[in-house]
Amino acid sequence: MKKLVIGIVLANLLVACASEKPKEAEKPAPAPAAAPASAPVTASAPAPVVEQKAVPAPVVGADPLNDPNGILAKRSVYYPFDVSAVQDADKPVVQAHAQYLGEHADRKVRVEGNADERGSNEYNLALGQRRAEGVKKMLVLGGTKAGQVDTVSYGEEKPVASGHDESSWSQNRRSDIKY
Amino acid sequence: MVLRVLQGMLGLLLLAQSSVAGAALSIEIIGAGENQIPVAIVPFGGDARLAQAIHEVVAGDLQRSGLFRLVDPAGKLPREPAEVSYPDWLVRGADALAIGSVASNGNGVIEARFRLLDVIRQTELAGQAVSAGNDQVRAVGHRIADLIYEKLTGDKGVFSTRIAYVNRQGKRFSLIVADSDGYNEQIVLAQNEPIMSPAWSPDGRSLAYVSFETGHAVVYVQSLYANQRIVLADFRGSNSAPAWSPDGRQLAVVLTREGNSQIYLVQADGSGVRRISSSDAIDTEPNFSPDGQYLLFTSDRGGSAQIYRMPSSGGEAQRMTFGEGSNYSPRHSPDGQGFVFTHFADSKFRITMQDFKTGQMEILTAGGWEKKPSFAPNGKLILFSSEARGRGILATVSSDGKVQRHMYTQSGDAREPVWGP
Repeated sequence: MKKLVIGIVLANLLVACASEKPKEAEKPAPAPAAAPASAPVTASAPAPVVEQKAVPAPVVGADPLNDPNGILAKRSVYYPFDVSAVQDADKPVVQAHAQYLGEHADRKVRVEGNADERGSNEYNLALGQRRAEGVKKMLVLGGTKAGQVDTVSYGEEKPVASGHDESSWSQNRRSDIKY
Repeated sequence: MVLRVLQGMLGLLLLAQSSVAGAALSIEIIGAGENQIPVAIVPFGGDARLAQAIHEVVAGDLQRSGLFRLVDPAGKLPREPAEVSYPDWLVRGADALAIGSVASNGNGVIEARFRLLDVIRQTELAGQAVSAGNDQVRAVGHRIADLIYEKLTGDKGVFSTRIAYVNRQGKRFSLIVADSDGYNEQIVLAQNEPIMSPAWSPDGRSLAYVSFETGHAVVYVQSLYANQRIVLADFRGSNSAPAWSPDGRQLAVVLTREGNSQIYLVQADGSGVRRISSSDAIDTEPNFSPDGQYLLFTSDRGGSAQIYRMPSSGGEAQRMTFGEGSNYSPRHSPDGQGFVFTHFADSKFRITMQDFKTGQMEILTAGGWEKKPSFAPNGKLILFSSEARGRGILATVSSDGKVQRHMYTQSGDAREPVWGP
């Protein structure tokens, strides 16, 4: 019984995490906090309630977008300095999203282009836009309809890493595919 | 190249007395100009009764320009020419002497009378009365400093002009307008989404800027006096890099509505959008020449970001910068003879100037994180963003590269500065 409940809790967490960025999914913080708190309480009465909600999840969870270990869990592509072409290493990721979006015409994404802080703010806004447009082009070539993809650039204005060195810059030269 | 002479005391003195501004500021001056004019600014009669002593504002302005050396009055306090003993000032090495007095008329108006005296010839160079509301003491000081500057250098002063910049504190962005010395800050817009690229209308009454408040980059034009604004450009993708034509009737903007970032002209009310650049590369950061005939802009059509020039009606573009590294953010000098820009090479950003005739590049700053230069209206100073003590700061450099001034705002990173009319 206990094993089952913990398994269900974990399954729920994984489903919840799947829509987040992969980097955040790696953060283990919420899991240990939630598991011990709910496990002792659900040992008796609330158990059937949890069961009713949770049991269908693994069955219906066939949407590959929600597979935390699948390629679609990767939603970011990275670039060298002042480059806006999707790199070979990231092409399978974009192509997988292209195929998924082609098969799910009701889904829409926004591609957000970003740049590191070198260059001018305006040039970087343009560079981020070109990165996002490049991802969009590849999505459309791979079977996505243009109307499913919106693009936006944040240039250097919304860095995820705030350091002034290559380890931060490499994280900020990035396009994110957001569902 | 640049001598590090710190003269922070004056900045701190001013700081203590500018609580009105709400945001403290400290100022460092680095280097010294050649042939500085030695000038004594005597405390004005009645100055002590004001919230801010006028002679301190005047002295601060003149010193920060880099063109003057302040001579200590050493307790001498003449208010009228008849009270001036010229030999005393000759001995101290002063070429010029400013004296004056200030009085309040009781209706909330102060009047400052000042005279500028030539110590060597023992004559009066200028005399004028300047009046303003008693909450405008700094403005009176700037006006007097402008008159002294113009009389002694032959160039127009810029102490009464204003600047705009963006302050970023974490995710909080504020668009700020301040006096050219950084004081008297006023917040035009504050939000948790990015703000970029403020641009002054030629009459100084409006600011165009880029805001992400709706989720993507949109260009707005905001009136600073009527507190109203319009959406200038909001097409798909990014709308950015506004630049006013000299007559204020139209703006150049950068749009991605046809895919890549290209330069368009648009009327000041947002109508009549017309594409004028045609490349498959990034074309951005347009800037009109003072006669309105040309645009300088940044483009990577040649493989790296460089400065180009094209007629403002459209047409063939000519590459202006060559050599190592990449170049960004061009702005014409007020006399139209050259332009200033950000030069990036050897992992450093430097403020750089280039003459149209010779094509010579002249690097003005030592190199670091120095970006986004813009000229003062008289062409003698260049405002830019820099970094010191781990923060984004505002800085100026004299157009000969000899004197730099760093302005530290209270908190956050100052970026995207632009000198206004």
